[in-house]
Amino acid sequence: MVRELMKDPLSIIVIGVAGQGNVVTSFLICNALVNEGYRVTFGQSYPAQQRGGPVINYIRISEDIQASPIIPEGRADVIVAMEPVEAMRMLNQYGNPDVITMVNPRPIQAIDTTGLGIKYPSVDKLMKDITALSAKTWVVNATEEAQKLGNPIMANVILVGALVGSGILPLDRKVMEPVLRERFPKALDVNMEALDKGIELVKQ
Amino acid sequence: MPDIDINSPNKTLMLMGNEAIARGALEAGVGFIASYPGTPASEILPTLAEVAKRRNIYAEWSINEMVALMNAVAAATAGIRSMASTKQNGTNVAMDFIATLMSNGLRGGAGLVLVNADDPGRRNSPNEQDTRSVAKMLDIPMLEPGDFQEAKDMTRWLFELSEELGCLVMLRTVAKISHTRGNVTLGELPSREQTAHFDLVPKIPPVNPVDLHARALEKLDRAKEMFETSPFNHYIGPDIPELLIISCGASVLHAMEAVRILGLQDQIGVLKIGTIWPLPEKLVEKYLKKTQQVLFVEEVDPFVERSVMELTAGLGPSGPRPIFYGKRSGHIPSCGELTPDDAISAIAKIMGITYQSRDPEYTEKVRTASQEGVILRPGTLCPGCPHRASYWALHRALKLDGREGFATADNGCMSAGYGPSGYFVAKIGGAMGGGVGLADGFGKLKRFGFAQPVIGGVGDSTFYHAGIPALLNAVWNQSDFTLVIYDNSATAMTGFQPHPGIGMTAMGEQGKIIAIEDICNAFGIRVEVCDPFELEKTTETILDVMRDEGHGPRVIIMRHECELQRARRESTPYEVFIDPDKCLGESCGCDRLCVRVFRCPGLKWNEITGKSEIDEVICCGCGLCVDICPQGAIEKKVMVTEEKVQEETPQW
Repeated sequence: MVRELMKDPLSIIVIGVAGQGNVVTSFLICNALVNEGYRVTFGQSYPAQQRGGPVINYIRISEDIQASPIIPEGRADVIVAMEPVEAMRMLNQYGNPDVITMVNPRPIQAIDTTGLGIKYPSVDKLMKDITALSAKTWVVNATEEAQKLGNPIMANVILVGALVGSGILPLDRKVMEPVLRERFPKALDVNMEALDKGIELVKQ
Repeated sequence: MPDIDINSPNKTLMLMGNEAIARGALEAGVGFIASYPGTPASEILPTLAEVAKRRNIYAEWSINEMVALMNAVAAATAGIRSMASTKQNGTNVAMDFIATLMSNGLRGGAGLVLVNADDPGRRNSPNEQDTRSVAKMLDIPMLEPGDFQEAKDMTRWLFELSEELGCLVMLRTVAKISHTRGNVTLGELPSREQTAHFDLVPKIPPVNPVDLHARALEKLDRAKEMFETSPFNHYIGPDIPELLIISCGASVLHAMEAVRILGLQDQIGVLKIGTIWPLPEKLVEKYLKKTQQVLFVEEVDPFVERSVMELTAGLGPSGPRPIFYGKRSGHIPSCGELTPDDAISAIAKIMGITYQSRDPEYTEKVRTASQEGVILRPGTLCPGCPHRASYWALHRALKLDGREGFATADNGCMSAGYGPSGYFVAKIGGAMGGGVGLADGFGKLKRFGFAQPVIGGVGDSTFYHAGIPALLNAVWNQSDFTLVIYDNSATAMTGFQPHPGIGMTAMGEQGKIIAIEDICNAFGIRVEVCDPFELEKTTETILDVMRDEGHGPRVIIMRHECELQRARRESTPYEVFIDPDKCLGESCGCDRLCVRVFRCPGLKWNEITGKSEIDEVICCGCGLCVDICPQGAIEKKVMVTEEKVQEETPQW
């Protein structure tokens, strides 16, 4: 094990809208943690193979406990949100005064937000509220940076990089490389580039 | 992740519960496995199919779950350790065969395991069902894993149990084990050559048919004896607990967490039952004697709760008489997926303590912020989904026809037909093949004055699974309706497994392709094939076929590949954009047709410009919306195919 956990079990939520690829974010992190000798539970709540709905990943990390696949209400230590409304949704259910939030500010509309009845909330106000409700907030422009790399889906690996770079997890670039190699045997370079971009974004 | 068949005993991997089950089967030397796709059981078979050739295993996606189990029984009887895997609905499909099988028992041969994955909360299912009751009804020895390690270890041991008892045995899991990942330490892989042979004289001698049930019950008694000392049941807690929690499955993890969070490890003990049927009564009695209060933490039915109450009643007045808390007392919810919070609130209530998950001031602040900051995000068909095109055409055809026509729906992605992304065209359905059988029934009601056109609906995989007998019935009895078969060339909702229309088998070999139109043509009925992306033509075809009444059912096959499957191979076909000069926005008479009615998630409304836009992050470039804009403001540009940067691992 690289170093001690901030807390045991450490409870992390990785949330995205179906199609954003947050399951891959969690998958990469959890695999690296198991390789490092931690006990990990990676639970999910999601709709079937369809789009639009929120996909919640619950990650529990411990030195010795196989924790529940669901984080109890108000007990997330870290919330990683690929979308700002989803960050707020998770803070409402799992947030607390000590929570660390990492958020990609790029909004994704819901199919109901046609400007007639339901309106997508103001992103500025959302980001202000998220910051006020978190002990520490990292704003990571993951989608924007992923588009620069050629594909918005890479936002998921950029967020892995941001998590690794932030020091929240007992992981570093070196232990992520073999995990990325296994997951993306044919596209390692561009995914490593995304990982490095994420690390760089939180260092700024 | 390394390959599931690495022979590295004691190595620890992160495995999904379903992968752990597959690994357990490998460690037991499984030789034959058959299944039909169904979430949350879907990954068990593909995990084995991927390594099948080099492990000398036969793995098959069967046409339905009953056929899958029949296949596995044949192989087991011929001496090959065999397994079938299903979700709860699949077990129902196979039920008649399971009942006969439990009555007859096995003739001898090798072990036979049926894995059933239940879906508490029915996230991916048409119903919520607790299949543990099947064990009780049909006398099936059943285990349920409490974590990922047990999912593997139990599967491996179940083959031995089946051979010892000479009957089918079951592993029951829930979504939060099957679809959750955690640490699994590997065991050894056997190197066993298996030869199949059917012994004409059965190893287990037959009994008089009158005695069959008695023999099945004897097997259950033997299982109970073995379960009394099973390592899959264990107790953690003080010698004399103030409160005893009895739990099984994923609920064990929630219960343990609740005790830890409340800091009551010195007062509360947890008896975890892995051998859920038959109940190890002596073991349970031993722990009941140590406490005055018992709480049952289990999902869906009060299965263990009732078994333990029954046991206590049978022990009489001199036996243990604790107070029971659980579903009956209202401490634990009777439906839906349990959470650690359910266990926490039950324990807090019994122990008379107050639990606060967080600072109430924070709760107040976050609730206020969420009132404005959180919107509902209903699920929808994916961008580029061919069902959106089919439903759009169907929606228009039914409106143009104007006789209050309606559609039925079947299982799978096309169940979106009930909701806004299917334009509410589907009104009724249920179970595999229900979209055909129900339409068949409506098609016979003319004699009662029924004058509405009926459009039956079924997906391609479901048509093969259960739609064919219903269509056959409709042709025979000349039922008057139109059947639409939504052929997206995949069993999409469960993860893109192949089916007979594709011809590829689970092991990646070319099987025989059985085209849907060939089957329908054999019935001698009218069959049309459309690409739903040709919206105009498809709408006209629907109108024409639905009005071709009076001579039995006719079929329209709407054929267009699932976008998610296509996107695994190739990049975006078009770049789609909206010309802001042509989009008239709020002043157009269309009343936001594209975002309000058509509702592809790739289209969004820009509040500032008051016009529609493409969300380039979501849009998959299918180009379907180009044809719906009355102003022709949505345009597409052909793209050069590019290599994908995050290739997906094929799941089958």
